[in-house]
Amino acid sequence: MLQARGIRKAFPGVQALDGVSLSVSAGEVLAIIGENGAGKSTLMKILAGIHAPDAGEMLLDNEPVRFSSVAEAMARGIVLIHQELNLADNLSVAANLFLGNEEIRGGLLGWLERRSMNDRARRLLERVGLEVAPHRLVGELPPGQRQMVEIARALARKARILIMDEPTSSLTQRETERLFEVIAELRLSGVAVVYISHRLMEVQAVADRVVALRDGRNSGELAREEISHRRMVELMVGRDLKQFFRRGHAAGGSSVPPVADVTGIVAETGAASIRPEEHPIRLEVRDLCYQGGPQTPISFAVRGGEIVGMAGLVGAGRTELAEALFGLRPLVCGEVRLDGRPVSIRSPGDAIAAGLLLTPEDRRQHGLVLEESVQHNLGLPNLDRNSRLGLVLPRRESEMAQQLCQRLRVRTPRLSQPVGLLSGGTQQKIVLGKWLVRQPRVLILDEPTRGVDVGAKSEIYALMDEWAAAGIAIVMISSDLEEVLGMSDRVLVLHEGRLAGELPRAALSEQAIMHLATGGSEEREA
Amino acid sequence: MTRLLGVLLMVLIVYAVLMGSFPPARSLHNHQTLAERLGYYGIPTLGVGVLIVAGGIDLSIGSLLGLVAVYFGLLLSGPLSARQTVPLALCLGLDGVLLGSALLPAIGISRRIAVLLSLLPGAALTWACHLYLPGQRVPPWVAMLMLLAFASQIGLFHGLLITRLHLQPFLVTLCGLFMYRGLARWLSPGALALPSDPHTAALRALLVSDRLLGFPHILLWMALVALLLAVLLHGSVYGRYWYAIGNNEQAARYAGIATDRHKIAAYVICSTLAGLGGLLFFLMYRNATPSSAGSLLELYAITGAVLGGCNLRGGEGTIPGIVLGAAVLPLLQQICTYNADIGSDLEYTVIGGALLLATIANEVVTRWSKHR
Ligand SMILES: Nc1ncnc2c1ncn2[C@@H]1O[C@H](COP(=O)(O)OP(=O)(O)OP(=O)(O)O)[C@@H](O)[C@H]1O
Ligand SMILES: [Mg+2]
Repeated sequence: MLQARGIRKAFPGVQALDGVSLSVSAGEVLAIIGENGAGKSTLMKILAGIHAPDAGEMLLDNEPVRFSSVAEAMARGIVLIHQELNLADNLSVAANLFLGNEEIRGGLLGWLERRSMNDRARRLLERVGLEVAPHRLVGELPPGQRQMVEIARALARKARILIMDEPTSSLTQRETERLFEVIAELRLSGVAVVYISHRLMEVQAVADRVVALRDGRNSGELAREEISHRRMVELMVGRDLKQFFRRGHAAGGSSVPPVADVTGIVAETGAASIRPEEHPIRLEVRDLCYQGGPQTPISFAVRGGEIVGMAGLVGAGRTELAEALFGLRPLVCGEVRLDGRPVSIRSPGDAIAAGLLLTPEDRRQHGLVLEESVQHNLGLPNLDRNSRLGLVLPRRESEMAQQLCQRLRVRTPRLSQPVGLLSGGTQQKIVLGKWLVRQPRVLILDEPTRGVDVGAKSEIYALMDEWAAAGIAIVMISSDLEEVLGMSDRVLVLHEGRLAGELPRAALSEQAIMHLATGGSEEREA
Repeated sequence: MTRLLGVLLMVLIVYAVLMGSFPPARSLHNHQTLAERLGYYGIPTLGVGVLIVAGGIDLSIGSLLGLVAVYFGLLLSGPLSARQTVPLALCLGLDGVLLGSALLPAIGISRRIAVLLSLLPGAALTWACHLYLPGQRVPPWVAMLMLLAFASQIGLFHGLLITRLHLQPFLVTLCGLFMYRGLARWLSPGALALPSDPHTAALRALLVSDRLLGFPHILLWMALVALLLAVLLHGSVYGRYWYAIGNNEQAARYAGIATDRHKIAAYVICSTLAGLGGLLFFLMYRNATPSSAGSLLELYAITGAVLGGCNLRGGEGTIPGIVLGAAVLPLLQQICTYNADIGSDLEYTVIGGALLLATIANEVVTRWSKHR
């Protein structure tokens, strides 16, 4: 149905695409994989009429096309769900679903058919399994639900070719499954789906065919029966990633993480055995409740050197809890202790001073100043070290940024590049990189590997392991079950803001987590 | 960078037009007049420019400038009544409280007690002003310091209302625009003239009219302010914070920056510089009319800052750009004065039109250079 040949696109300082070809036919699910910055999003933006290619041609139904705007591409049935959310926060869910596409009566008068739009909105939301009233403001919804709204909006546009750029990066298992059902329906009705994801298990589950990109070129293609985790990684990275999840001191070496058999990747266990039980408790939360949080207070503790996974469905209140701990939400009751001493954290500044750091989930809104450079973003929370008498020491800052970029393999043409122009996964590395130079006591990582490629993921995991080995207490909030299972020493499961249960590593399994996350009782795990 | 070149080009073109079409404009004397104007406009423009970088806006600077100029006149010539001291005395008293509560914790007194303790000297200061000032002629230096403190206090009010009560900057400062103008008119029914005592004359010479290597002092003071702000904005951590706050306040907050405090600081700087502008206004023009001193200045200053590359959404702008932006207006005004056809009625239209053209040209150039 759609063919692209020899597409090239350069941005100042980067050849994002260097002659990429691609085709997709009706009723097919084509997955695109590639490392961060490989050019996946750029290619999709060209297909959807956002960027004009420098060279190359596109054929739609065997006739050459050239889109000069998104509207044109949309009119021909090509709809793109962006990697980053693109919703108007101040409008209702229904208004967003039909934005630019409203049902209107009375010609130029532009009378909105609210009733029928609300009805249609309700049906669309039902289709993607989102239980949200159409009149709710999008700004009030957590990222996962916004993502579902975004998907519903694409459905409302009746696409022939639906492109999804990392639709699941903020979704949990359950919503992801729902999305797959939707994709299956679409495929049956003859829609071509282009699907981008860094979660290779998902790719394996939905794709009919996989196209891999590397450094702006095609690096290979896999037919349905050839798709395997290992082959995909090979095509993306160009080498075999032996070791993925790394826990130097995974408690209970006997329990091989369940992921290993699925992905064919072995988690290293019990190498340097400092058992986390031997470390003192670093973070202790006692009967905590916070503004806008649930009624029931929450208590838990994290030891130094321990990675505690925090699982739950979208809207379970994990991010809110993290924000409360980081001083972004006023506490109503309870107390927080660091290394046994009660601390009063009223602002992120207090939290950072006390050694409790957070990497936020929503990188564009909270994690980065998109207009500013890589160096300034990495430097922003570290100006206390890179300044003297209030004056910034640019040399010292750029050295620091240089080192961080090397260590994290940040793909940027130069340190002065605005972060908004970097690929999604690269941006995520900068969010994490900011804290790398500080010696935290407690690290709260909210979706640390969201949108990050396998190679970088394994680097981030190695880093987390290193941090833990240095005695830092790590709380890892993640919607990626694979990651939760692979990295956690212990998992706390939240359900509607409450602590639904706690699973030691030995009892970890996908089923056990999902059971608790959906409101099941703790008995079952015993 | 291209923005900066754009404003520079704009200034050069307007300057060339002025010099090319009106020979009398080429005199040294006229250049000194222009330099004085630039000095006078530049200071409040710099203040509001920094504030815009930090994501704020201040519409009250023209009125505040007028109010400060009127107070200055009253303090220098001495006919202040007890009633008229009230706003000034209250603001200065609050200054005392704040200073006390900021300094006392440094010597180990707990915050709450420090605030309570400093209420006392604050009240005393208010009372002293109220008792001592009426009918007195205040030495010009003292009056100047008092009024700068007064203006900074106004900026603090703005900042507190905006950060603590989450009011919109536009609204808060728009109310200020009305309030300060009204106060100025209430303070003095008619125009005030600069007294001719030697102290005042010395102050005027030092701040405004003396020349160093041919440059009027007021321009040099503006240059000094610009230099200080350039160090602050482009070299210090505070500048970094302002840019970050202006671009993405949330991200700045998540990075542990006390965003509220830095926003308040930007408002204080803006108002203080508007106050300084008021002092210079009175010294330079030798008189102040309560109903018109500094009127429309907020718009001139904001326009200058925007021409100089400040983005009203925040996070963009440089000090050299702001200075150049501030230079466009005095030049345009002179073109209008010299050109008999334009006359004072059409002046605003010409200025507005020229600014619009300049903005369009600037935008086109910037876009074009981005495509290269
Ligand atoms: N508007 C832009 N201006 C400059 N460079 C850009 C722009 N958009 C993308 N790039 C660069 O092009 C390259 C490809 O980016 P792209 O977003 O397509 O990567 P990606 O494969 O989608 O990566 P990710 O998995 O991280 O989302 C990157 O190096 C990126 O920095
Ligand atoms: Mg991408």
